[in-house]
Amino acid sequence: MSPTTTVIGAVFNLNHPAHVVHWHFFQMSVSNVVVIGLMFLVFALAIALPFPGATRRRGGGS
Amino acid sequence: MSTTPTPTPTPHGSWTGRVREAAVSALPPEKLLPDGQPTYVASWIYVFGVASIASLVVIIASGSILSLKGPAWWHYTGVGQFFNSVHLWAVELFFFAMVVHLWGKYWMAAWRGGRTRVWVTGAITFLVAVPTALTGYVSQQNFDAQWIATQAKDGLNSVGVGAFFNVTNFGQMYSYHVLLLPLAVVGLVTAHVLLVRRHGVVPPFALESRPTGGPPEPAGEQPPPVGAVS
Repeated sequence: MSPTTTVIGAVFNLNHPAHVVHWHFFQMSVSNVVVIGLMFLVFALAIALPFPGATRRRGGGS
Repeated sequence: MSTTPTPTPTPHGSWTGRVREAAVSALPPEKLLPDGQPTYVASWIYVFGVASIASLVVIIASGSILSLKGPAWWHYTGVGQFFNSVHLWAVELFFFAMVVHLWGKYWMAAWRGGRTRVWVTGAITFLVAVPTALTGYVSQQNFDAQWIATQAKDGLNSVGVGAFFNVTNFGQMYSYHVLLLPLAVVGLVTAHVLLVRRHGVVPPFALESRPTGGPPEPAGEQPPPVGAVS
């Protein structure tokens, strides 16, 4: 393995079984929980944040 | 004595002319490639629709290279591992953007105004993309693929489709992954975009039902552009 690859790989050590969130019937890997959480966050931001230039196009601002 | 019925005259005698007439009538050039959109299209939700298509382009391009070079290349060479990762992360972005876009359009009830087919093609694209990804995971040619295939096998057998759709059959899964399912996804996305062009983007609830703004727009029609979205 090249030194560059070693350094990049050291940022996230994946050489172990996946961490799992397990609560009663719910069981999911942490990585999938993170991705789903990010989707909710990005969805909320997509609804809440104004689109650049949208106010000007509607004639409601400068 | 019988008379031969006279066929209805058509402006074009050939089938190509009739197909052209029908296509231009259904999707005239100003709808196919508009230079303006209603102001309510200026929303981040549509960025995620476009991001889905951009991700799909990267998926198809990187997947084409992977299929040309083969498993030994994508497992044992640096460039091959790079393209393998590009393919995987483009898929991650594709699903991420598509789900955000789908959620947004669901809560906007994007099937209003005669746009049922627009919604249905989008939703089915998501459903078809799931087995497209699954067949990719089981086509990796490594232990990860074997683990996923044997796990998926039990689930598919339990619903009775395991004999027809055998996830432990690499040849069948690879054919599904590089030809049949991508064709379906690209066809559905193309139909979805053309239907969006034909019916226009669904207006917000308040704009559709405003009391002083005239009658609600007729089904399948798009309100006139009141501002350009670049």
